[in-house]
Amino acid sequence: MNETLMLTVLTIITAATPLVYAAIGELVVERSGVLNLGVEGMMLAGAVCSFAVAHHTGSATLAILAGLLAGMLLASIFAFLTLSLQSSQVATGLALTIFGIGLSALLGQSLVGIAFAGLPSLHIPWLSDLPVVGRLLFSHDVLVYGSFAIVLLVSWFLNRSRAGLVLRAVGDSHDAAHALGIKVIRVRYLATLFGGGCAGLGGAYLSLVYTPMWAENMSAGRGWIALALVVFAVWQPGRLLLGAYLFGGISILQLHGQALGINVPSQLMSMLPYLTTILVLVLISRDRGRIRRNAPASIGQSFYPTS
Amino acid sequence: MSISAYLKQAGRVFGAAVLSAAALSAQAADPFKVGFVYVGPVGDHGWTYRHDLGRQAVQNEFGADVETTFVESVPEGADAERVVRKLASSGHDLIFTTSFGFMNPTLKVAKDFPDVKFEHATGYKRADNVSTYGARFYEGRAVIGTIAGMMTKTNTVGYIGSFPIPEVVRGINAFTIAMRKVNPDAEVKVVWVNSWYDPGKEADAAKALIDQGADIITQHTDSPAPLQVAEERGVLGFGQASDMSAFAPAAQLTSIIDNWDQYYVDRARAAMEGSWESMDTWGGIDTGMVSFPEYSADVPDDVKAAAEVVREGIIDGSFHPFQGPIMNQAGEEILAEGEVYDDKTLLGMDFYVQGVQGELP
Repeated sequence: MNETLMLTVLTIITAATPLVYAAIGELVVERSGVLNLGVEGMMLAGAVCSFAVAHHTGSATLAILAGLLAGMLLASIFAFLTLSLQSSQVATGLALTIFGIGLSALLGQSLVGIAFAGLPSLHIPWLSDLPVVGRLLFSHDVLVYGSFAIVLLVSWFLNRSRAGLVLRAVGDSHDAAHALGIKVIRVRYLATLFGGGCAGLGGAYLSLVYTPMWAENMSAGRGWIALALVVFAVWQPGRLLLGAYLFGGISILQLHGQALGINVPSQLMSMLPYLTTILVLVLISRDRGRIRRNAPASIGQSFYPTS
Repeated sequence: MSISAYLKQAGRVFGAAVLSAAALSAQAADPFKVGFVYVGPVGDHGWTYRHDLGRQAVQNEFGADVETTFVESVPEGADAERVVRKLASSGHDLIFTTSFGFMNPTLKVAKDFPDVKFEHATGYKRADNVSTYGARFYEGRAVIGTIAGMMTKTNTVGYIGSFPIPEVVRGINAFTIAMRKVNPDAEVKVVWVNSWYDPGKEADAAKALIDQGADIITQHTDSPAPLQVAEERGVLGFGQASDMSAFAPAAQLTSIIDNWDQYYVDRARAAMEGSWESMDTWGGIDTGMVSFPEYSADVPDDVKAAAEVVREGIIDGSFHPFQGPIMNQAGEEILAEGEVYDDKTLLGMDFYVQGVQGELP
């Protein structure tokens, strides 16, 4: 039983990791005032490019880098259209999702059906040998560690660094920030590229570790879940980690429930993760004050430099 | 008539001859168009992959006389009807729709195109121009169930199901019955992923089953993801619809291979010659529709022998996967000794036999 619990928690961690990556990137983007709905497309772009590079070069490092760059490339298109050309962020984001899905399917046509060995688990000399915590936290592959690191980094960055303050200022009032002399467009560009890169890494995790293969539309809606998780987390990195693990946890536990023979229709069980997310979002949104306090005030609004 | 009149007449006759010769040769060169609608990608190395091999067999057999088209990854539902209709209205004479969920779209379009012939896989509704076909996969399940029963050490086998339709339930039951014949203590745990092809979810389901103690995994879904998980976790499993050993060299014991080539060639030939009729075909191991790759090196000789006894018994009729005595989950006998379920019961199977954990959704 103990072993089952341990394995289940490990599986939950792997299920949540792509969500963590995509959501933390989106959190930074939204904190800077840009609403990027193209996360799903960027994840798939990262997935297909990293798998292609992994297949052709056999190098995991290059593959992860390729996933990162692919996400950034798609994000740069989004950034150019919304920040330099001031197109509607919502429409452009949706268009980019559809573009990413189609482009990845096209690029991945020759990759379907190819096997890949997957990333190895990293063994940290002393930490991995700790009795319970060692296996639970310190025997993962490099991308899972990366997800922990990125959340810590983003949390420190937003709350404790000057640059993070500038980013939050841009997100809360781009006009005031502009009046202070902050380069709003540049800050938003950098944030968007970061967000796209993270989404690409999330996608890379899917095709390199989670199911080491390429399949059309393999992110299966995780980009959209990531978007919901950012709101769920009220734009706080710590809460976001919690939300991702909650969602990943329920996804895995419903399968365990079926395997245990729990007598609930499987279709209902499949719906559970999404229902839970909606429920929590509704509960959070009842406190309008909290939303108003924490949401970046200028999110989704295009910035028109007035001077 | 004058010379010029003769020449004009000759010219007209010659011109007519040339034109009619051209028309005749154009008609003879008009290829027979065959369309294929797939539910998954051709590269799934499973269900759709084998159907596409069948398509290639048709193309190779008839060469220039036949033109095949395929549309892959068509979701079951409204979009399916659009795709089938497009194929029917663009000159295709024979259309294969290769998934259960295409049943109603196929019938709808068939009503509007009475001259086009349709072949629907694994369905049960027919029309004058709609045939159904399937393979007795449950025979294959009986063989792998025998292997699983002899090789499981934890007496728990994980079964990843797609949708709770009779075909899948039939497979689960045939597997369980054969498994418990050689190992009465073994049990089957079923997880439903509600999709034919979703590698992420299939992998999750495999992990959940393995975490709960299953040491052999089998599936009725189309991707090699569960076997990949099995390979990673060091447990054993069976491939589905094609040989998946490239994805799981150590884990795959054997696999059920669907073989549509001969059936597709025969039906295309019948359609081209005009002898095509609406019928139902349900071939099994005996006609080659269900076959197996080489057993892996991990299968011990006695297990191999037992599996071969079952396989050959199915071919010569001495072994039937659904032969009594069969118990339901409560332990009551639902089929007496020596009796066999007829095809009708098999096609509508909606209950579990003893040895399967949980209830049917």
